[in-house]
Amino acid sequence: MDENTIICRCSDVTLKEIRDLIAQGYVTYDEIKRITRIGMGPCQGKTCGQLVLREISNATGKSMADLNFHNIRPPVVGVKLHLIAEEAKRQEGEKA
Amino acid sequence: MREVELLVIGSGPAGLCAAISAATSGAKVLVLERSFKPGGQLIKQTHMFFGSESQYASHRGVDIADILLEKVDEFGDRIELMLNATAVGFYEDNVVTVLKDEKEYFKIKARSVVCATGAYEKSLAFPNNDLPGIYGAGAVQTLMNVYGVRPGNRVLMVGAGNIGVIVSYQLMQAGIEVVAVLDAAPRIGAYLVHASKLARMGVPILTSHTVKEAIGADCLEAAVVCEVDERFRPIPGTEKRYDVDVMCISVGLSPLNELLAMRGAVMKYVPQLSGSVPLRTNSLETSIPGVFVAGDASGIEEASSAMAEGYLAGLCAAASLGHVPPDLNDRKLEYMSQLDGLRSGPVGERIRAGMRNSKL
Repeated sequence: MDENTIICRCSDVTLKEIRDLIAQGYVTYDEIKRITRIGMGPCQGKTCGQLVLREISNATGKSMADLNFHNIRPPVVGVKLHLIAEEAKRQEGEKA
Repeated sequence: MREVELLVIGSGPAGLCAAISAATSGAKVLVLERSFKPGGQLIKQTHMFFGSESQYASHRGVDIADILLEKVDEFGDRIELMLNATAVGFYEDNVVTVLKDEKEYFKIKARSVVCATGAYEKSLAFPNNDLPGIYGAGAVQTLMNVYGVRPGNRVLMVGAGNIGVIVSYQLMQAGIEVVAVLDAAPRIGAYLVHASKLARMGVPILTSHTVKEAIGADCLEAAVVCEVDERFRPIPGTEKRYDVDVMCISVGLSPLNELLAMRGAVMKYVPQLSGSVPLRTNSLETSIPGVFVAGDASGIEEASSAMAEGYLAGLCAAASLGHVPPDLNDRKLEYMSQLDGLRSGPVGERIRAGMRNSKL
């Protein structure tokens, strides 16, 4: 039933996929992220983060406190690129 | 670029109290709120609060929001409240980027910041957990109490903590059937006064139970639950099926503080506070001078402690900007003793351990 259990609802990644990767030796959030895109969708890992770290913790015996989540970077929600470009132009104008 | 003296991110109980406290000391404050309405989760809390008088005990949450917003209004010349404004980035030079109304993006430079960004609902892994009809309990409470939308007809509540039982009761007040409340723990986590109300209305509260799977073609039609042993492993043969069109997941909250993490504040996973939190001083200053934290963003507690933390963080942030009231130390000690009171007794033991674990 693990194939029907969604861990990352941004990118539809299942518990089976996560467990298979951990079994193959991918035992950090970052590695699993690079393969599956967990943590790269609209919620930026807020939904899957603790679930994935718990799976890694169960499989490796490491405590949650000793596991790393990914580096958090801006923006925390989606921003249209033209809005960012417009603000950059305004800043250029202010400098000039 | 706009420059502000104190930027408060979030207008829930912690953020509003931080703004009021800092303005009382004379600071000029800008409050960012991502929603169209200020007050955070208070605006959907239709039940009465416990705690002590200084945190408005025996008022309903929604009324506390009004009381705090009236105070904010009294400081109209010092507090500006910006709605529909999400802080999306927080950079080394204390520049915060803001997305407003989803169509404006701009930068604000703040001399000091209070991060009062609240919490995020935890999710639960079980087969078919992506079926429409499966919600966070907080989301259902927002749908019902803020938007006036009925989420469905028959509800299974997963989680017998305060949010789970309070939202169950409010669903019944809205005329929606709650078939059962379950919790994997062997004991009810909620205050028994809330749980008793449900029990009196005939709603079974099943401890040591979990969701085995959700069933449905295009949306939720039923849920299968089962008992778990003392190590939370499902016990075969104990399955029960409930025909429901809504399942509410209420398995706890995590602190929402990604802005502090990206700013470079020293963070630590503290299980007693339900997730990764910034280390901070007794004045609620993070490892970054001038950057403070208050409320659930610093660790999951309740609205009453969020308010006391907000007052403390606002007071200390204003003081760090040079707004030092003559009674600074007395007020600091007063808020700290309010927090000690709220965290006292056996119920507060977990939080007290979390506080010891997150000291800078």
